[in-house]
Amino acid sequence: MLSESLVWLILFAPLAAFVIIGFVIRPLMRLVIPVAAQEHGDDSTHSAHGRSILGGSAGILAIIAIGVAFVLSIVALFGSIDNHGDSPYIAHDWLTVGNLEFTIGILMDPLTTIMLVVVTSVSLLVQIYSVGYMSHEDDRGYARYYAYMSLFSASMIGLVLASNIVQLFAFWELVGLSSYLLIGFWFTRPSAVAAAKKAFIVTRIGDFGLLLGIMYLFFHQDAFTAAGLNSLDIVDIYTAVDAKIIAGGVATWIAAGIFAGAVGKSGQFPLHTWLPDAMEGPTPVSALIHAATMVAAGVFLVARFFPVFEASETMMNVIILIGGFTALFAATMGLVATDIKRVLAYSTVSQLGYMMLALGVGAYSVAIFHLFTHAFFKALLFLGSGSVNHASGTFDMRYMGGLRKVMPITYASFVIGGISLAGILPFAGGWSKDEVLTAAWNGAGAIPAIGFWMALLAAGMTGFYIFRAIILTFHGDFRKGADAEGIEDTHGAEVHLKESPIAMVFPLILLSIAAVGIGFVVNPLFDLGIVPQHWFGHFLGQGPVHVEIEDFNVVLAPIAMLVSISGIVLAFLMYQTKVVSAEQLGARFKPVYILLVRKYYFDELYEDIIVRRFFYGGVARTLDWIDGSIINNIGKFIGWLGANVGTALRQLQTGQTQEYGAAISIGILTIVGLYLWFL
Amino acid sequence: MTTHDIYLLSPEISMAGLAILLILVDLVVSRKSILTIVAVLGLAVPLALSIVLWFDLTDQAATQMKADFGTEIVTFVVDKFSLFFKFLLVGATALVILASSEYVSKFKNFHGEFFALILFATSGMMLLASTVELITIYVSLELTALPIAALAAFMRDSRSSEAGLKFLILSAISSAVLLYGMVIIYGFTGTTVLADIATQLGGLLDGESAFGGNALLFGVILVIAGFGFKISSVPFQMWAPDVYEGSPTPVTAFLSVASKAAGFAVILRVFYIAFSAEILSVDWSAVFAVLAAVSMTFGNLVAIRQNNIKRMLGYSTIAHAGYLMVGLAAVASRTPDADAIIGPSGVLFYLSGYAITNLAAFSAVIAISNRINSDLIDSFAGMARRAPFLAGVLGFSMISLIGVPPTVGFMSKIYIFGAAVDTNLEWLAVTGMVNSVISAYYYLRVVKVMYLREPIDDAPVGSALPMKLAVMVTMAGTAFFGIYPTPLINLARSAVDVLVS
Repeated sequence: MLSESLVWLILFAPLAAFVIIGFVIRPLMRLVIPVAAQEHGDDSTHSAHGRSILGGSAGILAIIAIGVAFVLSIVALFGSIDNHGDSPYIAHDWLTVGNLEFTIGILMDPLTTIMLVVVTSVSLLVQIYSVGYMSHEDDRGYARYYAYMSLFSASMIGLVLASNIVQLFAFWELVGLSSYLLIGFWFTRPSAVAAAKKAFIVTRIGDFGLLLGIMYLFFHQDAFTAAGLNSLDIVDIYTAVDAKIIAGGVATWIAAGIFAGAVGKSGQFPLHTWLPDAMEGPTPVSALIHAATMVAAGVFLVARFFPVFEASETMMNVIILIGGFTALFAATMGLVATDIKRVLAYSTVSQLGYMMLALGVGAYSVAIFHLFTHAFFKALLFLGSGSVNHASGTFDMRYMGGLRKVMPITYASFVIGGISLAGILPFAGGWSKDEVLTAAWNGAGAIPAIGFWMALLAAGMTGFYIFRAIILTFHGDFRKGADAEGIEDTHGAEVHLKESPIAMVFPLILLSIAAVGIGFVVNPLFDLGIVPQHWFGHFLGQGPVHVEIEDFNVVLAPIAMLVSISGIVLAFLMYQTKVVSAEQLGARFKPVYILLVRKYYFDELYEDIIVRRFFYGGVARTLDWIDGSIINNIGKFIGWLGANVGTALRQLQTGQTQEYGAAISIGILTIVGLYLWFL
Repeated sequence: MTTHDIYLLSPEISMAGLAILLILVDLVVSRKSILTIVAVLGLAVPLALSIVLWFDLTDQAATQMKADFGTEIVTFVVDKFSLFFKFLLVGATALVILASSEYVSKFKNFHGEFFALILFATSGMMLLASTVELITIYVSLELTALPIAALAAFMRDSRSSEAGLKFLILSAISSAVLLYGMVIIYGFTGTTVLADIATQLGGLLDGESAFGGNALLFGVILVIAGFGFKISSVPFQMWAPDVYEGSPTPVTAFLSVASKAAGFAVILRVFYIAFSAEILSVDWSAVFAVLAAVSMTFGNLVAIRQNNIKRMLGYSTIAHAGYLMVGLAAVASRTPDADAIIGPSGVLFYLSGYAITNLAAFSAVIAISNRINSDLIDSFAGMARRAPFLAGVLGFSMISLIGVPPTVGFMSKIYIFGAAVDTNLEWLAVTGMVNSVISAYYYLRVVKVMYLREPIDDAPVGSALPMKLAVMVTMAGTAFFGIYPTPLINLARSAVDVLVS
C-alpha cells in the first residue's frame, strides 16, 4: 500500500501545477514578454512552434504533474487489491470545537482507486491531446488553460479521495468552479459566457440539495455520538446505516438531498439543460469534464453513499425512474441534433442515465463498470470530434462529410468509439451496457421493468444517432466546412483538410485500444490468466456494498445487440443509401421533430416561465415589495440607530483624562452595585 | 538563586540583555538600519531559549518548573502556558520591529532607545505570563506599563505627548485600583500566592452571597477593573482610542497585540488558579460575559463613525477584547459535561489569530501611511492601484477581522463562539455573531475605499524589504491557520492544561 504522503501527492501534484502556472509562470510572462510585443508576434522569444519557452513549460508541467498522479494511482490500485480494499489511512483533525468535529483524510476503498485511475488516465491523455488542440492559443491563454485543467484534475482527485462529507463537498464545489472557468474559457464569446453561467447555476440547484442533505445528516449528530460515531465521516455513515441509526424516512431524506446533487452534476432530468450548452468550452474540456469525469461525479456520489440509498426503497425507485427516463429522453434529442458535440452531449446524458438506472436496481458494480468503460469511449468520441473540428473548422455536421479519406486514424477511432457506445459485443461499451440491461431485467417488480424497457429503447436510438453522426461526418462528399455559405460564426476557424498532429492522434489511438478491449479485459466472463473471472465486481464487493455478480445472459445480450444494430441499419438506410428519406420523415412527423429540435422546450420552460414569469414576475416582485417597504425601513432604522448611538457614545470620549479616570470609578461602582442589587 | 533559576529566567534575561545591547550598538553605528537587523536576529535568542524550555518540560513529564528565589514562596514558574505566551510575544515583537524599520526614520534620534523600550516592555510581559504571585504580577505589570508610556510619547509632537501622558496617568489609576483589589484579597486570605489563595478561599466561601462574601466581591471586581484597563475592556477602555491615535503607529500595533496578550495571560492565570472555586467562577464568568457583550457592542458601534484608520483600529481592538472575554466567560463549571479547557484554549487561539491578523493590518497601514503621510481612511482611496500588494493584504486582514473564511479570524470566532454555546452562553454567541455583522460595515469600508474609489494621486506606493517581510509572514499565517487551524488549536489546548489540573 502507498504511504499516506504519496497518496496526498496524487492530489497535490496537479494542485502544485495549478499554483505554479497560475502564480509564477503567468506573472513571469507579463514581465518577460510585454503584452505589446506578444501582440506583434515578436519572434525572438518564441521557439520553433511559435510558443515561448515559458508558455510551453506550462503545458509540460501540467502533463508531468498529472502523469505523476496517474502512476501513483495505478500503484494505489494494485496496493488496494493486495490490501483487500481496506483503507489504512487515519483521518486528521481539521477543526474540533467541543462536540463539533471536522476531519480531513483519505478513504482509499475500491471505488476510490477505480475512480482515481479513470480520472488521472483520461486527464493525462486529454492534456497531451490539448498540446495540439490548443496550439492556436497565445501563450497567456495556453497557460491559463493548463492552470484550469490542473485545478480541475486536483479538485476531482480531491473529491474521490475525501473521507469526510464536508471535505467532499468542498471539492465538489471546486469541481463546479473549475468547470465554470473552463466552459467560459473563451470568455470573449457571449455564448460561452452564457453557457458557463447556465452550467454553474443549474448545477448549483442540485448542490443546494446536497448541502441540505449534509445539514440534515448533521442534525442526527447526537444519535451518532451516542454510538461513538461522527456524522460527517463517510465510513461512520456506513456503520450508522448498518446499525440502523439511519433508516426509514431519515435515510430517504438524506438520500434525496445527495441525489439532488448528483442530478445536477450528472445532468439528469430535469437538470439536464446545462450539459449540451457546456459544449461551448474547448473540446478537450468537454472530453474530460463533460464526458469522462465531472459528470460521472454524480454517479460516483450516489455510489459513495450507496448504503444510505439501499436503506430507502423509495429513493431507489426514484433513481430507477429518473435514470431510465433520462437515458431515453436524452437519446431522443440526440436523434435530431446537428452539432456533433451536442449529439455526444445528449449521448453522455443518456449514458449517465444508464448508470443511474443500474444504481437504482442495486447493481452497484455494474454502474461503476459502465462509468469506467464510458469514460474511455466517450472521451475518445469527444477527442475525435475535436480532431474533426481541427480539419473542417466547424462542429456542424451539415457542413462536414467525406472526412474519412483525409483523416483515416480519426475516422477509425471514431467508429471504434461509436460501436462501443452502441453497445456491440465484444467492444467495451457492449459488456457494460449489457450488464446494465441484465441487472434491470433481473430486478423484481414493475419499476425495474419500466426502467428496462426505457433503456432497451434508448439502446436502439443510441445505435442510430451515433452512426448518423459517423455517416454525416465522415462519409459522402465534403460540404465545405467553415467555408460553407450560411454557416454560423466559426470564430475565425479555417479548413485544413489533413490528419491532426501527432499529439492529438496519439491519445486517440490509445483510447481506441481501451474502447475495444477494456470492457472484457477488466471484467472477464472467465479467468484470463492474471485477471481473474469477474475481477471488477469482486474487487468492488470488498467495499462497503455487497455486490451480486450478474451472470452473462445469453438470451438478453443478443436481443439488446439486435436492437442496437437495427438502429445502426436505419441510420445507414437514411443517411448513406438514402433509401429512407430523412426529410420526408421529418415532414411527416413534423410536430415530434420540432419538439425534439426545440429540446422539448425545456429551455423556454425554465427561462421564460419559471425564471421570468414565476420568479421575476411573481416571487421576486412580492419580495421586492416586502424588501422595499418593510425590510428597507427596518434597515434604515437600524442604520440610523447605529449611527446615532455611535455618535452619542462618541460624546463620552471627551479627551479629558480626569473624566476617563472618573469613568473607571463609575464603572467599578456600577458592577458592584448591580451585584449587590440583584443578590 | 541557582544556575537552574537563571536558566528558567533566561528568555526574559536575554530579552532585557538584547535591549541594552541595542542601546550600545546605537552609539557606535551610523547606519540605523543595522539596528533592525540586530534586533530581529537577536530575538532568535529568547525564542530559542523558550523552545529549549518547552522541550525540557516535555522531556521531564513535568507540568511546570518553579524558580526558587530564596524566599519561602514560589513566584515564578515555567510551564507550557507561560511558554505559549512567550512564543507569541517574541513573535509579535519581532514583527513590530520589522514593521517599524522604516517608521523610525521619522524620529530625529534615539532609534536604539525606541527598540530597547519595546524590548523592555516585552520582557515585562513575558514575566507577567510566568508569575504566580500577586506582588510579582504587580511589578511585572509596571515593567510593561512604564516603557509603553514612554513609547507612546516618542514622536514628541503634541498628540503623541498627550497620548503618553494619558497612558501614564490612567495606567497609574488602574494600578491603584488593582492594588486595592489585591490588598482586599490578601486581607481575606493572608497570602499573595495564587495557589494558596485558592486553598484559603476553599473554607471561607459562603454560598448565599455573590462571590461567597461581599469583601471578596469588592476584591475580585477591583482586580477585574485593573486588568480590564490592560485589555481595554468597557468601561475601562477610554484611554485606548486617544492613545492609539496619538502614538507612533508601530507602538499602536504593539499595544493592540502584545499588551493585550499579556493582559489575558495574567487574567487567565489569576482567575483559573486563585478564583477557581466553582461558586466563584460562576460569578466572575457572569461579569466577563456582560463585559464581553458590552465591549463588543460599544467598540463596533463607535468604530463605524471613525475617519482615522488608527482610531478605527483602536475601537476595533475594544470589540475584539469583547470577543476574547467570551472565552473567559465560557467556564466549564457552567455545565456538567463541558470540555474543561474549551474557554481558556479559545482565548489563546483567538489571541494568536488576532495577533497575526492585526499585525498584518497594522504592517500594511504603517507601510502605506508612512509613504502618504496620512492616517485618514479617505486618503487610502484607490490604493489597490497604487500599492496592489499592500492593499490586498490590508483587505485580506480586514476580512479576517470580520471573521470570514478562509481566514484565521473565521476559525477563531467559530471556536470561541462554539465555546460559548457549549457552556450555555448561547445569548453571548448570538451577540457576538450580530456584532461580527455590524463590524463588517467599517472593515469593508476600508476595502471599498481602496478598491472602488479613484486614487487621489497616481504615484505608486512602494515599501522596503523588512516591511514586505512582515506583511508576507502575517498574511501567510492568516491564510494558513484559516485553512488548517488544528496545529495552533492543539498548541493552545496543551498550553492551558496546566490551568485546570
